[in-house]
Amino acid sequence: MKITKEEVAQVARLARLELRPEEVARITSQLDAILGYVAKLDELDTQGVATTTHSRDIANAFRDDEVSQSLDHDRALTNAPLQKGEYFVVPRIIT
Amino acid sequence: MEFETVIGLEIHAQMKTRSKIFCGCSTEFGAPPNTQVCPVCLGMPGVLPVLNRQVVENGIKFALATSSSINRENRFARKNYFYPDLPKGYQISQFELPIAEHGAVDIEVDGAVKTVGITRAHMEEDAGKLVHDDREPVSYVDLNRTGTPLLEIVSEPDLRSPEEAVAYLKKIHAIVRYLDISDGNMQEGSFRCDANISLRPVGAEELGIRTELKNMNSFRNVQLALEFEVRRQRDILLDGGEVVQETLLWDPDRGCTESMRGKEEAHDYRYFPDPDLVPVVIDDAWIERVRGELPELPDARRKRFVADYELPEYDAGILTSSRELADYFEAACMLYPNPKKLSNWIGTEMLRDYGPETIAACPVTPHNLARLLNMIEEGTISGKIAKTVFGEMLATGADPDAIVKEKDLAQVSDEGELLNAVREIIAANPEQVRQFREGKTKVMGFFVGQLMKQTKGQANPQLANKLFQQELG
Repeated sequence: MKITKEEVAQVARLARLELRPEEVARITSQLDAILGYVAKLDELDTQGVATTTHSRDIANAFRDDEVSQSLDHDRALTNAPLQKGEYFVVPRIIT
Repeated sequence: MEFETVIGLEIHAQMKTRSKIFCGCSTEFGAPPNTQVCPVCLGMPGVLPVLNRQVVENGIKFALATSSSINRENRFARKNYFYPDLPKGYQISQFELPIAEHGAVDIEVDGAVKTVGITRAHMEEDAGKLVHDDREPVSYVDLNRTGTPLLEIVSEPDLRSPEEAVAYLKKIHAIVRYLDISDGNMQEGSFRCDANISLRPVGAEELGIRTELKNMNSFRNVQLALEFEVRRQRDILLDGGEVVQETLLWDPDRGCTESMRGKEEAHDYRYFPDPDLVPVVIDDAWIERVRGELPELPDARRKRFVADYELPEYDAGILTSSRELADYFEAACMLYPNPKKLSNWIGTEMLRDYGPETIAACPVTPHNLARLLNMIEEGTISGKIAKTVFGEMLATGADPDAIVKEKDLAQVSDEGELLNAVREIIAANPEQVRQFREGKTKVMGFFVGQLMKQTKGQANPQLANKLFQQELG
């Protein structure tokens, strides 16, 4: 097994996903198959090969420190499910 | 049982850039909520963050100023967690390969110099701000601050008392301000500090269980919060209890720390390299160019003040505690070449109303302060009158010559003018004259005092002495 039900439950919790027990079971076996497939890469000898984080060999893509136009305040809030005045509104998390 | 305190600080310094770290939104403080936001910092899908070059430049400056080693290859990583002030669901930060590692600064507490290690300093983005509603169970989110560049500076657990922690914090504060990479405003939250603190029996190797303190928004609150926490942990340990590892909020109004119990869960940030941001490669040429642009730093400037101006360490320490104050002193000293007297005047008169960082806002220019002190030297005014003139300069920003002229405060150094008054005083006080002639020379103070009273303090004291000697002799 590449992944346990407990690990799936933990990852779901971190991603704020609510899974029913049968979903946990199904997803565990699906993820297990995926991870098993990817694990094929472990057969390669990668000793002495630096970790690849980016597929293209470029570095130093910068912008100058200049201010550009921000979004209109109304447009910034357009997609918010809840808003009040100038603010986004969210359920309170500190009591 | 005796305990040893062990403290490490995490400082978040907002960098002084015009635009945010990954987009062109302004970083200006105090704009109406959600007016300095764009698809990038709002975390809209499909946007591409592009790194502000100035942020890297500032990181290099800090690394050089703290003798840190600079990682030639830098990467950004995603730190994943959910919080309403973080629109993307992750913060772009650095995990492996931060810009600076293994640095150090010297601090001084009670005359002893100590080197404090800097574990690392890395570049990251700030989060937004939450305003909690008083009645409704909702919070309001302002994302203007989201994406403001931060330098997170992590110290080694080298600090052994609240005093050392504050001295270290002040040193880092002075360095970032000298470098002009952060404005260091603790009230506005552009310079923030969290502390990890634990106690262990003196002589023990193993660290005790630590707590993390947050919400200390002034040097004084850092000191008070750490002192409180030392006492709290010591009481628990002396009672045979165990400190709970947790995050505590400092409550400045009640003067105690408060548990955030239950508001936190074990963190699992699942850092991974951000695929949107390509690596940053810093070469020698870049480092050397930045090194060439570094200003004189607080420690070097303090040493130079002691050597060049022959000031005591204490004076030099105060005068170089901010770049603005040191600049002020040097500008005035060019025109009034008595450094110690100048330092005394700044210390006793100016720093009563202005702090080392707000000195630039003082209406008394270095030029006018130097002029005032020169007027004392020249005998135009007495030291006492100078304080009156200085009060007027502070209030109006006027130059001292104009004030002295307008209020007719110039010292009377004209013999003829004073002689009449001296004779009158002698005639009116035969008893004191008798005492003086019998050898009670202390009575001279009385005579000069009378003259000062008559001339509203404007008589030249040397001349007054001379005239009384002459008339009584």
